[in-house]
Amino acid sequence: MSNQQEKITVSIWRGKEEGDLESFEVPLVDNQTILDLLTSIQRDVDPSLSYRFACRVGMCGSCAMRVNGKPRWTCRTLVSKVVSNGELRLEPLANLPVVKDLVVDMAPFFDKWQAGKGRFEAKDSAVMEFAPIKPDNKKRQLADEAIECINCGVCYSACDVVESNPAFLGPAALNRAWSLMNDERDGSSIERLKAVSGEGGCQSCHTNSQCVARCPLQLNPTRSIAGLKKQVAVAMLKGEL
Amino acid sequence: MTNRLEIKLWLAHRLTGMALGLFVIIHLITMIVVIQGGLSAAEIMERTSSNILVVIFYGLFVIAAAIHGSLGLRTVAQEVLSWRGSSLNFVILVFFALLCVLGMVAIKGLVL
Repeated sequence: MSNQQEKITVSIWRGKEEGDLESFEVPLVDNQTILDLLTSIQRDVDPSLSYRFACRVGMCGSCAMRVNGKPRWTCRTLVSKVVSNGELRLEPLANLPVVKDLVVDMAPFFDKWQAGKGRFEAKDSAVMEFAPIKPDNKKRQLADEAIECINCGVCYSACDVVESNPAFLGPAALNRAWSLMNDERDGSSIERLKAVSGEGGCQSCHTNSQCVARCPLQLNPTRSIAGLKKQVAVAMLKGEL
Repeated sequence: MTNRLEIKLWLAHRLTGMALGLFVIIHLITMIVVIQGGLSAAEIMERTSSNILVVIFYGLFVIAAAIHGSLGLRTVAQEVLSWRGSSLNFVILVFFALLCVLGMVAIKGLVL
């Protein structure tokens, strides 16, 4: 219980694109997540505080924001693990328009999923019989490595290429495209390679791996993007693009 | 610039980068090996004069470096300065030609 007496200072972004940090003195509670902390502030101190969440258990990808400058999923981040010298700074995800306080507009993020053809498109021919894809199938394994993305936007916020080049599709959209490139049932490989090799495509990646460092699910979008680069290069040399 | 051409330039940048990695290793190993026991400028000139292998190797080296350096500089200009279009392409072409000329002059000095 002694922990509950200890106070920390939480600075939270208030406003839209223009705004300022507002400080709150709150008790440091054992096993409290950042999301719990925000809920307690909204309930007990300032009901006008805006933030976004849904599942609270690391599945929906709604609650991501910057914690002390680094993007994180806040439902699975303990305050005690990230508080620094009794201070915590909470800001909306970078590289996306701020709606209010800690809420960002995710539309540009998902627009890029569409631009990178992140949608499954079945092959033209009708499925006449089952096509067995065994667990040890190499392409299946490559898809498996990339498929668990929960669309939280953490990688997009962490990516310095997105920051300097707003046209860049970003790690999540390209990672999605890579998982579909390895889907045996998908029939739009060349169209997708064209979509991910245009302005702001996979070639723009600097391989800094900030996405890998920050992904809460330990996915490796940099490796996925490297795979796309290789496929784009091979397709170009074969004259398919 | 069409997208196909942009992809070709990107591919050329990467392939010349790989080639340069190989060329630099060969260059360094050759240098280290031939200077064992001491070597004067005259002796170097004696070995490189009229040596067609030197012309081919360093000719390729210069072309790869000129392509790689120019395309790299073009990307930096696009990403850092947001400079795009025909004015950038013209400046990069001039830079590419300059690198080629300077490199070839250096090779000429080595073999003639």
